[in-house]
Amino acid sequence: MDALWDLLRHVHDAYGVNLVHFYDGFERGRLLRGMWTTVKLAAICIAFSILIGIVGAWLQTSRLRILKAAVQGYIQFFRNTPPLVQMYFFYFALGPQMPRVINDFGVPQPMFGSFEWAVLSLSFFAGAFNVEIFRSGVEAVQKATVEAADSLGFSRWQIYRYVVLPLAVRICLPALNNNLVNLAKTTTQAYAIAVPETLFVASQIWSDRINVLEMMVTLLTFYLLMVGVFVWAMTRLERRLRVPGFGQ
Amino acid sequence: MRSGTEGQAVSTNPTWTPDQPIVAVHDVHKSFGAIEVLKGVSLDVAKGEVVCIIGPSGSGKSTLLRCVNALVPINKGSIKVEGQEVHDPALDKLALRRKVGMVFQQYNLFPHKTAIENIMMAPLLVLKRPKAEVEAQARRLMSKVRLEGKEDAYPGELSGGQQQRVAIARSLAMNPDIMLFDEVTAALDPETVKEVLVTIRELAEEGMTCMIVTHEMGFAREIGDHIYFTDRGVIVEHGAPDSFFTQASDPRTRAFLSQIL
Repeated sequence: MDALWDLLRHVHDAYGVNLVHFYDGFERGRLLRGMWTTVKLAAICIAFSILIGIVGAWLQTSRLRILKAAVQGYIQFFRNTPPLVQMYFFYFALGPQMPRVINDFGVPQPMFGSFEWAVLSLSFFAGAFNVEIFRSGVEAVQKATVEAADSLGFSRWQIYRYVVLPLAVRICLPALNNNLVNLAKTTTQAYAIAVPETLFVASQIWSDRINVLEMMVTLLTFYLLMVGVFVWAMTRLERRLRVPGFGQ
Repeated sequence: MRSGTEGQAVSTNPTWTPDQPIVAVHDVHKSFGAIEVLKGVSLDVAKGEVVCIIGPSGSGKSTLLRCVNALVPINKGSIKVEGQEVHDPALDKLALRRKVGMVFQQYNLFPHKTAIENIMMAPLLVLKRPKAEVEAQARRLMSKVRLEGKEDAYPGELSGGQQQRVAIARSLAMNPDIMLFDEVTAALDPETVKEVLVTIRELAEEGMTCMIVTHEMGFAREIGDHIYFTDRGVIVEHGAPDSFFTQASDPRTRAFLSQIL
């Protein structure tokens, strides 16, 4: 590894290609920590937004008007406003309203930090789209299949959990993939509230080391790889869930 | 197959005894919006009896079956299964659906589950019976409907007749007292109709109470203890198969039979 760093250092000296964020231990450390933060942020938001989508689509099948209206209101709000404004709203408007907690040093601090607010706002944002995506899948499940489960004595929740949802997921997986890919990329927006994710640390590095072009290429390559791995995993999942004679 | 050890005792109305009708339909009315589909239908089914309901499309046959296991609510009248009012708001629907199995025209199997999983799902989830016991029963049912070796096939890999037999096995896994068959051969090609009818006949011979909506007149005549003819929401005529098919008195019945036979 050290030989590689020496080579990159040499490339910098000889050709002016500044890859200091690889060969310098300190810069490398903060870049890797930024990337880890991005991966964590994306993974948590994906999990929460899927959960919101599943529960929201379930509530939309409810017979209670008020529940349906609440879900509809949520979707309209988060789908029809800009995600950056939502994030600012959560961090700068809601944040100060939250109770403060005393930390280990006896100092009061906000209940949620910027990372937590980014998780909340991005999950709600992508979750609104996921509700609509799951709903489209739920509606495509044949009524007759549901009736069969009903006639076998399944409860409403059992019908959703064991019949409707597994079929709906298979139907809506491509649309879901699209939205989750978008979500993974939208994590860069957490830059705006100073979450030390990849874009944030990259911009710190290029300001300190004046290697904007090299840093940008690194940044784009990172996202290309990260989203690529995610899409590959989702395609595998899609293939695993494929059932002979269904949806083909 | 319906051994007493499988499943727990189903709660029944204590005043009901097996010599009374197991299904008692009295003056049932049902409308979908402005369209009245059932206009005062009454019929009784005795335990172990096989009742066939025939009639033109849209005469309310399928709706009647759906009312019997409360898939569809009724507007007026009464339906009692083993003495218990089906449309009582306080009814335990689960108890009813354990007593009444239903098989549909389009099979309606769960497409993401294999044949044996389709059969095992309800006993596991609804009755919470132990898995080993449920699986053993499911395998017996698969061989009963002559589908040994197809346990792990998905519905999409089975023919229509095979799917329908899995659907029958799926219903039987709940150990019902009554089976409802809703035009179960209507979507099948002629060669596979027979294999499904053989399965139903065997059930009937074992003493299962059956209500069968069908367009297969030959089958109805052979298997039915009692034939009901419905038209435009009423029962026009009913009787034992021999007299029904040869000496129908109502002109509507005669017209229908002459078109079909």
